[in-house]
Amino acid sequence: MDSALIPRGVKRCPLWQFLLFIGAAGIVLLWGVYAMFLCWFKGLNQTNMNDYYGFALWIWADLAVIAVGGGAFFTGLLRYIFGKDALKNIINYAVLIGFICYSSALLILAIDIGQPLRGWFIFWHANVHSMLTEVAFCLSCYFGVLTIEYIPLILENRQIDKVPFFHHLGHNMHEVMAVFAATGAFLSFFHQGSLGGVAGVLFGRPFAFREGIFIWPWTFFLFTWSAAACGPCFTILVTKITEKVVGKKLVKDNAIELLAKISGWMLLTYTIAKFIDTWYWVTVLAPSQGFTLMDFYSNNPLYGIWILITEIAICGLVPAAILITPKGRKNPVALWIAISLAVVGVCLNRWVMVLQIMAVPVMTFDNWVMYLPSWQEVATTILPGAYGVILIAISYRYLPVFPNEAELNPMEPLPAEEAEEKSVEPSVDLEPELTPAEA
Amino acid sequence: MFPFNFEWIWDMGHVVFMGGLWYALTILGIGMTYCIIKAAMDASKDNGDPHH
Repeated sequence: MDSALIPRGVKRCPLWQFLLFIGAAGIVLLWGVYAMFLCWFKGLNQTNMNDYYGFALWIWADLAVIAVGGGAFFTGLLRYIFGKDALKNIINYAVLIGFICYSSALLILAIDIGQPLRGWFIFWHANVHSMLTEVAFCLSCYFGVLTIEYIPLILENRQIDKVPFFHHLGHNMHEVMAVFAATGAFLSFFHQGSLGGVAGVLFGRPFAFREGIFIWPWTFFLFTWSAAACGPCFTILVTKITEKVVGKKLVKDNAIELLAKISGWMLLTYTIAKFIDTWYWVTVLAPSQGFTLMDFYSNNPLYGIWILITEIAICGLVPAAILITPKGRKNPVALWIAISLAVVGVCLNRWVMVLQIMAVPVMTFDNWVMYLPSWQEVATTILPGAYGVILIAISYRYLPVFPNEAELNPMEPLPAEEAEEKSVEPSVDLEPELTPAEA
Repeated sequence: MFPFNFEWIWDMGHVVFMGGLWYALTILGIGMTYCIIKAAMDASKDNGDPHH
């Protein structure tokens, strides 16, 4: 029914199957939307935020999706500024994933501010002393960049491309994409960094406080670095999951391997920098404020010392070691493990920098307080996932997201078509010694 | 926020923050305007065949 909209040379599932899939994801989406409206109409009392936890679960999700969405800006930088042409086969998908991540981040912020109708206040009544203002500016502008990068893909739809204006618009946007990509890289550098900077300047929270250069604490640079390292891993991970779901190879190995290699080196250097930062914090900074390492960790389910070891060693060094070696990244199982660990690692880092900061007791009368999110927080945190699945499914079905898909998956004629062809030309090429079935 | 708003102060913070925002928005705006105008001109030159 919708075959006129499907890109040429590729095969898609029947429409009923597609709608069933969208419907299943749509139910989860509606659950999240219901929770979102509860938060808007009844207020933030729908969450389990309290005097200890001024950030709900979704702020962790917000930082996590921004970090993993960093694959878009870093892949764009490599493709358009550094001229890594092999990445042209995955850049569309990186942009789509980035678009989903950043629109989700903005949606989460719209829930978090409680009154989204006043969202424009941050632009008009800007507090220029707040790193979060910079985050809001750069996040919004970068979402604009991602939208601009996503539009040409929409314009390449078979039917839309027939309209001369849209055809030329898409072509012209491709021509100046380097300017948009450079702007996006600039904006991303600052908003990723400022999210880390917010934690690093909290001098009343010794767990997070760091020294740095000028106004930027070291966490500023570590956040940007980790997003550039782990964002591409998330792009590869989603690509691999998509390939499993649709049962096809969608991106050539050279693009995946190049991205994995660059990501591996970024991750290795980041992990070393993170280790040095942690070492200085443990041996110099924290003692100068009267704390030892174990004051920041506890034998509770959420904030044990295991979290530090997991983040740096298991989710930092291990994936980096796999990705920088050709043998490691060429092995499918090892690649799966490495990219999954890298994504878990960056999410864990954001968890620590959002929630553990607030959990660590700073006053003598403080205790370790655990945090159990309400179902509304869980639903609104899952909401971006369902939205992402739906947008990926629609884009995959109707847009040429993967330029190599047709080449990697040549279409075989359907049995009915094959039979029809045979009936038209029954015995022209038949070899005389073979029966028709063998021929 | 613009310099003519009552909250505006001519200090480094306002100039850097708001200047950066308007700079980025200007690049995006000019880029898109260029693409749209050029697309309209290219489309008008086409004689019904967009693929060349």
